[in-house]
Amino acid sequence: MKKYLSFFRLRFLMNLQYRTAAWAGIATQFVWGGLEIAVFGAFYKTQPEQFPMTFQATVNYIWLQQAFLALFAAWILENEIFESIRDGNIAYEMCRPLHIYPMLFARGLAVRVSRAVLRCFPVLLFAVVLPGPYGVSAPESAEALCLFFITMILGALVTVAFGTLIYVSAFFTISAQGLRLMVTCVMDFFNGAIIPLPFFPDKVRAVMELLPFAAMQNVPLRVYSGDLAGREALRAATLQIFWLFVLAGAGQLLMKRAEQKVRIQGG
Amino acid sequence: MRDAVKLYGRYVSIHVKSLMQYKVSFLLMAIAQFMVSFNVFLGVFFMFQRFSAVGEFTYSQVVLCFSIFLMEFSLAECVGRGFDVFSTMVRKGEFDRVLVRPRGLILQVLGSRFELTRIGRMIQALVMFVYGIRGSGIVWNGPKIMTVVFMLIGGTVLFFGIFLVGAALCFFTLEGLEIMNIFTDGAREYGKYPMGVYGKRVIQLCTFIIPYALVQYYPLLYLLDKRREPWLAVLPLLAALFLIPSYGFWRFGVRRYQSAGS
Amino acid sequence: MWPSGGIIDTAMPDYFGLTEYFTKVLHGKSYGGQTDLARYDTYYYQEEAAMIMMEDICKSYHVAKRTGGFKEACRTLFHREYETIRALDHVSFTIEDGEMVGYIGPNGAGKSSTIKILSGILTPEEGTCTVDGKVPWKDRVSYVKDIGVVFGQRTQLWWDVPVIDSYELLKDIYKIPKETYHNHLEELVSLLNLGELLKTPARQLSLGQRMRCEIAASLLHGPKLLFLDEPTIGLDAVSKLAVREFILRQNRDHGTTVILTTHDMQDIEALTHRIILIGKGRVLMDGNLNQIKRGTGSIDETVAELYRSYEIAEVGS
Repeated sequence: MKKYLSFFRLRFLMNLQYRTAAWAGIATQFVWGGLEIAVFGAFYKTQPEQFPMTFQATVNYIWLQQAFLALFAAWILENEIFESIRDGNIAYEMCRPLHIYPMLFARGLAVRVSRAVLRCFPVLLFAVVLPGPYGVSAPESAEALCLFFITMILGALVTVAFGTLIYVSAFFTISAQGLRLMVTCVMDFFNGAIIPLPFFPDKVRAVMELLPFAAMQNVPLRVYSGDLAGREALRAATLQIFWLFVLAGAGQLLMKRAEQKVRIQGG
Repeated sequence: MRDAVKLYGRYVSIHVKSLMQYKVSFLLMAIAQFMVSFNVFLGVFFMFQRFSAVGEFTYSQVVLCFSIFLMEFSLAECVGRGFDVFSTMVRKGEFDRVLVRPRGLILQVLGSRFELTRIGRMIQALVMFVYGIRGSGIVWNGPKIMTVVFMLIGGTVLFFGIFLVGAALCFFTLEGLEIMNIFTDGAREYGKYPMGVYGKRVIQLCTFIIPYALVQYYPLLYLLDKRREPWLAVLPLLAALFLIPSYGFWRFGVRRYQSAGS
Repeated sequence: MWPSGGIIDTAMPDYFGLTEYFTKVLHGKSYGGQTDLARYDTYYYQEEAAMIMMEDICKSYHVAKRTGGFKEACRTLFHREYETIRALDHVSFTIEDGEMVGYIGPNGAGKSSTIKILSGILTPEEGTCTVDGKVPWKDRVSYVKDIGVVFGQRTQLWWDVPVIDSYELLKDIYKIPKETYHNHLEELVSLLNLGELLKTPARQLSLGQRMRCEIAASLLHGPKLLFLDEPTIGLDAVSKLAVREFILRQNRDHGTTVILTTHDMQDIEALTHRIILIGKGRVLMDGNLNQIKRGTGSIDETVAELYRSYEIAEVGS
């Protein structure tokens, strides 16, 4: 376990070194959050009766999404790993006393957590001081806050499990870049990164909520404001756990086959 | 000038030849690129399943606005990609190679990339354009057609200018570049809605600081007969002047690179 | 031409017992202790209008301090310290037209900064430099027409297209007249044995084949001055010999001035009579390799000894 933890230490150190990058990222998130809220605000002003969640809940959703972007953003995948899979250098990793799947998982989680920890506070601080409906409000209840943290951890784990599955699939594809971009798009669309799931038509949404993508950021971001509460929230959390096991299991299985492939064909 | 065109042609032919070596991978990338912007479109589409308008703009009007903006961005990206990914050039030391060759720096950097994979996006932009026109009830005449042409020219040049600024920034910081995403990807992403939607302050910023509104919002108002002043149609050409300060900044960056090293 | 038997040593104590070789002192003024002879020499070389004249070139960089510990890293999030590194400290030398010079020194000694200055990429803070009568960092376009640069570790060939396409592009970049281009190409193809390679995409070439193509690419426009940065790095024995042989020939037949940086001392032994040793940004020695050789030691041993004596070796002795 300890050896996988060292990836976290390494990542934190690396990210701390790149302070300019961190500030630039934070600035980007302010702007994106602001513009996103402006768009939803414009729709709200035009037809408030059509809004599927309260405006405040939408604003909270957007700011929390920006603050914890690194935990959930689909595009956070390491090119380095794709490269090493493509040129076969990953084979060297197999010489170390590590299992590849947990290693990829740990690396994926380390990248996300280290970034998020570094970047969430400035964004949150900014969002809290913003006035009126444009800033983050307090959570719906103490329970909601509790559930928010739990589902956030679960959501991050599901995201990482899915990301690891993409890495593993790269063993079997010709264009890892193409694959990466396409999967990222699908993920963005279905996990509520483009627009929050409640804004989709009800029938579409009913299907989307069953998919693994809905088990990522969708749950915690809505739980916080009570948009998802009670039995519905519990059902969503259960689905998160379900998908976590399914994705991780599928990843492990596929990894075994990939390892065989590398052993036989040399990458 | 003729030499420059000939040289650029040579660069493009090399890119096309390289691309032919990886047809499948090219196709996949083109599709993937298409999906990125199609996703944005889907976001708009589903929002309008619920709402019938945003501010004073209907669905087809938004689609029209988005299509023109996307076309400008894709054109600029296709040609100016060398500047968009300039940081790799600096990191890998390829820019040193550019400096030891007796041709203009801009021409050489332009030639270093030619991103045909953006064709997917351009097709999408065209389809949306046709769709947007059909639903937005524009009565076409000479000035209106010219407005669209001006928008395309002005917008492409503006985006190119922004890429140039981003490239120049590489001479000062390689880490802080993420900030440029606001102006490139951010613009592509949020330029889908007419800028009036974002409120007064955003409009002001996008008029006087980085003139996105001059290539998008104001000429669109003219196109949709929401405002009738003909000078609105020429504003995109004014926005092209953004290239002057960008070029200045680029020169400044190059000088710094030569004095400070990498 | 460089007078034979001359070794110029500006900072070295009489370590190798070479007092007898102190026949010339270039640019004595930087180091004091000028002799009449030195003044005479400076004058003499200027009159000859040397290919490269570098005088008192200084260059320093600001580098952010990167620290190891976790706490330290947190602190640098808000405040970062910079330090100034002197990459070149009053570097002076003169190289004659048609000369072949080995420019050596340990990693980080200032070799690549020098090459960058000489090829017009970098502007120094202090000092003067003329190459073929021009100042490298002024009027870039007209200067770089006459130089060729081979960066051993980076390729200038387009990865996915046949080598000949890269050459055709260079023809357009340098505006080489058709006839000149064909003559040069023909000669390079026959000397470097490129025949079949021209039709092969660069990515399919072996390292040795690629280096040969690389060198040809840098000579298509017939430069008067050629910078070779580690041209034999990673090559097998046969390719190394071929590259060396070609460089010698190019220098002999076309009088191309060659500056070679390398860690491979056999390159130096095979190619150059004169070496310039740089360490910590200073020219430590400028002279003939044969004369610093002691007894039967190999060239690597000799150079290692040199590094140690100047305390510029990376590994402690």
